[in-house]
Amino acid sequence: MKRLSPIAITALVLVAGFALCALQFPNIASTRVVANLLTDNAFLGIVATGMTFVIISGGIDLSVGSVIGFTTVFVALAIERWGIPPYLAFAMVLGLCALFGAAMGSIIHIFDLPPFIVTLAGMFLARGVSFLLSTESIPISAPIYSTVSDFAIRLPGGGRLTAIAIAMLVVLVAGAWLLHLTRFGANVYALGGSRATTALMGIPVGSMTVRIYMLSSVLAGLAGIVFSFYTAAGYSLSAVGVELDTIAAVVIGGTLLTGGQGSVIGTFLGVLIQGMIQTYINFDGTLSSWWTKIATGVLLFAFIGLQQGLIALSRRSAAKTARAHA
Amino acid sequence: MTLRLPRRGLAQALALIVILMVDRVVSPQFFNLHLQDGRLFGSVIDVLNRGTPVALLSLGMVLVIATGGIDLSVGAVMAIAGATAASLADAHSLPVVLLAALGVGLLCGLWNGILVAVLRIQPIVATLILMVAGRGIAQLITEGRIVTFTSPDLVWLGNGAVLGLPTPVAIAIGMLLLTAAVVRGSALGLLIEATGGNARASELSGVGTRTMILAVYVWCGICAALAGVIAAADIMGADANNAGLWLELDAILAVVIGGTSLFGGRFSLVLAVAGALIIQAMNTGILLSGYPPELNLLVKAVVVLAVLLVQSPRLSDLSGIMARWRSKKP
Amino acid sequence: MQAPAMQTNVDLDSPLLEVRGLSKSFGALKALQEVDFTLRAGEIHALLGENGAGKSTLIKVVTGVFARDAGVVRLAGGEIAPRSAKAALDAGIATVYQEVNLLPNLSVAQNLYLGRQPTCFGVVREAEMRRRAKALLNGFGLDIDVGAPLSSYSVAIQHVTAIARAVDLSARVLILDEPTASLDRHEVEILFKAMRQLAAAGIGIVFVSHFLDQVYEICDRITVLRNGRLIGERETASLPRLELIRMMLGRELAETTETRAPAHSGAMGEVCASFKGFGKQGYVAPFDLELRHGEVVGLAGLLGSGRTETARLIFGAERADSGEAEVDGQAVRLNSPRDAARLGFGYCPEERKTEGIVADLTVRENIVLALQARRGLHRPLSRREQDEIAMRFIRLLDIRPPDPERPIGLLSGGNQQKALLARWLATEPRLLLLDEPTRGIDVGAHAEIIRLVRDLCDQGLALLVISSELDEIVTYSNRVVVLRDRAHVEELKGEAVEVSSILAAIAADGATAAQGAVP
Repeated sequence: MKRLSPIAITALVLVAGFALCALQFPNIASTRVVANLLTDNAFLGIVATGMTFVIISGGIDLSVGSVIGFTTVFVALAIERWGIPPYLAFAMVLGLCALFGAAMGSIIHIFDLPPFIVTLAGMFLARGVSFLLSTESIPISAPIYSTVSDFAIRLPGGGRLTAIAIAMLVVLVAGAWLLHLTRFGANVYALGGSRATTALMGIPVGSMTVRIYMLSSVLAGLAGIVFSFYTAAGYSLSAVGVELDTIAAVVIGGTLLTGGQGSVIGTFLGVLIQGMIQTYINFDGTLSSWWTKIATGVLLFAFIGLQQGLIALSRRSAAKTARAHA
Repeated sequence: MTLRLPRRGLAQALALIVILMVDRVVSPQFFNLHLQDGRLFGSVIDVLNRGTPVALLSLGMVLVIATGGIDLSVGAVMAIAGATAASLADAHSLPVVLLAALGVGLLCGLWNGILVAVLRIQPIVATLILMVAGRGIAQLITEGRIVTFTSPDLVWLGNGAVLGLPTPVAIAIGMLLLTAAVVRGSALGLLIEATGGNARASELSGVGTRTMILAVYVWCGICAALAGVIAAADIMGADANNAGLWLELDAILAVVIGGTSLFGGRFSLVLAVAGALIIQAMNTGILLSGYPPELNLLVKAVVVLAVLLVQSPRLSDLSGIMARWRSKKP
Repeated sequence: MQAPAMQTNVDLDSPLLEVRGLSKSFGALKALQEVDFTLRAGEIHALLGENGAGKSTLIKVVTGVFARDAGVVRLAGGEIAPRSAKAALDAGIATVYQEVNLLPNLSVAQNLYLGRQPTCFGVVREAEMRRRAKALLNGFGLDIDVGAPLSSYSVAIQHVTAIARAVDLSARVLILDEPTASLDRHEVEILFKAMRQLAAAGIGIVFVSHFLDQVYEICDRITVLRNGRLIGERETASLPRLELIRMMLGRELAETTETRAPAHSGAMGEVCASFKGFGKQGYVAPFDLELRHGEVVGLAGLLGSGRTETARLIFGAERADSGEAEVDGQAVRLNSPRDAARLGFGYCPEERKTEGIVADLTVRENIVLALQARRGLHRPLSRREQDEIAMRFIRLLDIRPPDPERPIGLLSGGNQQKALLARWLATEPRLLLLDEPTRGIDVGAHAEIIRLVRDLCDQGLALLVISSELDEIVTYSNRVVVLRDRAHVEELKGEAVEVSSILAAIAADGATAAQGAVP
């Protein structure tokens, strides 16, 4: 029950927000708008799924935005300049991302360094490499790109559930399965509870850390591929600052930034809330884009404050029971 | 361990000298200086001038990190202060503009400080809020445009000269001296180091640890605001999207290079500024060498890792194990 | 690190865990000296002693957390030398600490089966896992929702869960380190039931506790350690309580009476601070206490009796919720250590490393810290003043090495303690609270600190000293307040300040209802 309550609040915020939006702009409540919302935030949903694992395990990954940027550039160059078949290019880039994540995880574990500074170095590294590869935007014209962007499942009401939206939904379902139903997932929660205790209970903490960061980087790579489908281009400056949006989505989704609690479903709701704010601002027309950031910041504060309050509350009630017993 | 004190700063000084020498090799005129219109010009001056924003940020950041905290919002605070200054510049006098911009920085720092010291939220988490929202606030102030101004006073702040030195450099030196005077001239330095070294013991010794933490975040906000004003004055405009972008990371890097542990405790203002100069000297060197400036990020990544690994206690454990292992098989 | 012989079956009377001649030093401090310990299968064996007696060091050496200097550990006849807690667990020795070593954010079932959940094609069979968890806990008399997070249950249930996990991992030796410290009577009952069951099943249990009632209730045998040495091993049934407390705290009476300071029977100064009905619910029962200039008041009692809690309350480290405090006849607030320090109080905590020293800072900086904090930010001590103060106290207290610029973390325990004393003496306090000032200090420094306490008292300082060393308390105290079960129960004055009377007050039966009554 306790674990559900932050998600319940997130869901409530989403439903209430959506109702308010729909009240003001009835057009918002259509499958078209909702399907577009999914498409526009597909890459965010994918990368946020990976970030959910990292944050629940008590870490943070600041490199994801740069990894997305790197992936788009690499894929574009591989397909357009080096003549590599798209699927092979995708496999190659995901392999590189896996290596990258594994390296960060290893450094964090072996040298016992704070994840934020190691992934910060990773952020510089990935962005730097993509700049070195190319500084200009490279359009991708491979046939598969037009095939994929033409593909969509028609929804009643005129909505188009696009391939990349479907990809996000698949990743979310797979992520939820991995996190909530497998031993690996249980270990992720355990790590976020306490690293030392988890090690004492016989879980290989090192290999878990490596695999979690690998997962995050691979999903960031996948998000990059999706992003390249979305924009049909590769650009080294794409997805700057996405790590912040991602972290915000995860936190708004009820995941504790200190680790140990959270869910993929919540993250999905968090992504939807961010998308909803953006949609509202687009509909309004007079509001400017920066309101998104401010609203996100306010929500972030509200949820962090809420978590802090819940922690304080549970501590107080624990103290009270202890007192009653003494 | 006992040798640590006298050796402090040696590594940073050597690193700076080596990088400057490399710069000299890359660009033979590197150390050339000439005076023009009462202002010195030359690559070395350029390093100082361009290093100013990060140097200012690191002055605040080093104190925050010394208490065991971190401030991710300084880049955003720069943008807010820059936007404030730019939108007021043409209608008000310089003191009003400066006061307003620094006041905004103070408020931002106070917000962070309250979240960390009073609400006891983890520093990374607490400052993340302003990092996300801050740029939105800055854009709100500039209404999404790049606000330009022509006020000669403010322009002078970015491009003028004091005693031959570019104004930003003079301001940075002034702030370094001021911070040093405040921190080392009062008991603040000792109490900050005690708080960062062992918060519980400090509290039990009667140190007002909350006040210390609040104070460093406020100072960090003010320093960031000043950096923001100078950055805006430099380009004679405020760009809410790009002003101070990623500079929080450079500032943290500068502090880490300056030998202050991310876990808090001992700190050095001068070495943090030296760290900022090391970063800038690398930047300038890469620029002068004709390599793409994008290489910068790569070099920074490598430097972050190298410095962290050298400081990592685990590394000395490992080398100890290696030494024992070696001595075991003669 | 599994012992080759661990599979051998042994009958119940032969020792299950045998420790012989175990020694362990930390620097100059001898934490364990030639300690023997024997645990039989199916018995519950109490390991008793005050802080610093060597209990936790013994446990940590046996479970592989620390490497031993000398000695042998045998499990079921086979020698073992685990290198980590994990290796000890694999060998069959499980430890459950006071702070439960489980994950509060996971469900009870996940905690029981983490890393070995039943799976089917990679998916954890949640229902099956919960069924097993329920069955396992039922065996311990618990019928709870195993799907709920561990943190939603009481500490007792968490302990039983930890024990269940250990036993399910085929542990044969179970070490319970202060498991009952935060349990109420009902919860203790749950735990004891589980322990009896396990003992009946042939598992050997080591029970560390400072609640003697509980020890008498559940343990078959008692081993007492003091200052890193084995004092004795007895059958519980044949060991009177007074004798047990004497083993834990006292030395021979003949030694102690003659070391009393004659000077201290003289007249006392004026009242320095007084407390009326001062207390905090669930922490320390309200107490009345008067502290006078030139007087040493000793706080005696067993570990956990409320000694440290009394000091922390007086120093404002915990906020009192009842009663009032007066200093020099004026009512005062004591809401924080800052308040207390401003009033001229000083406090040297027992936990020197975590609450006392700032390890990275120099001896000089550590010494001036409290004085500087009291003077405030804007009145910094100049470097010359700092040097002067540091050198004065280094000379006065003979801190070694006499180098004010050495990081304090590099000094020995005794010298760190002296520097902490100096930290407060530099503030010219009126009242000094010393919590176990001689703990973990070698013999030479020990005598010096006692001499210092006496000198300070002669200079008119009011002192409140907490110590487990009764002969030490008797040596310098004018008055001794005895605590039991978080309440002040008796005050001894003048001629009554003797080890035997303190022991009697501590051991007095009857009023021990708060933590487990007589069965």
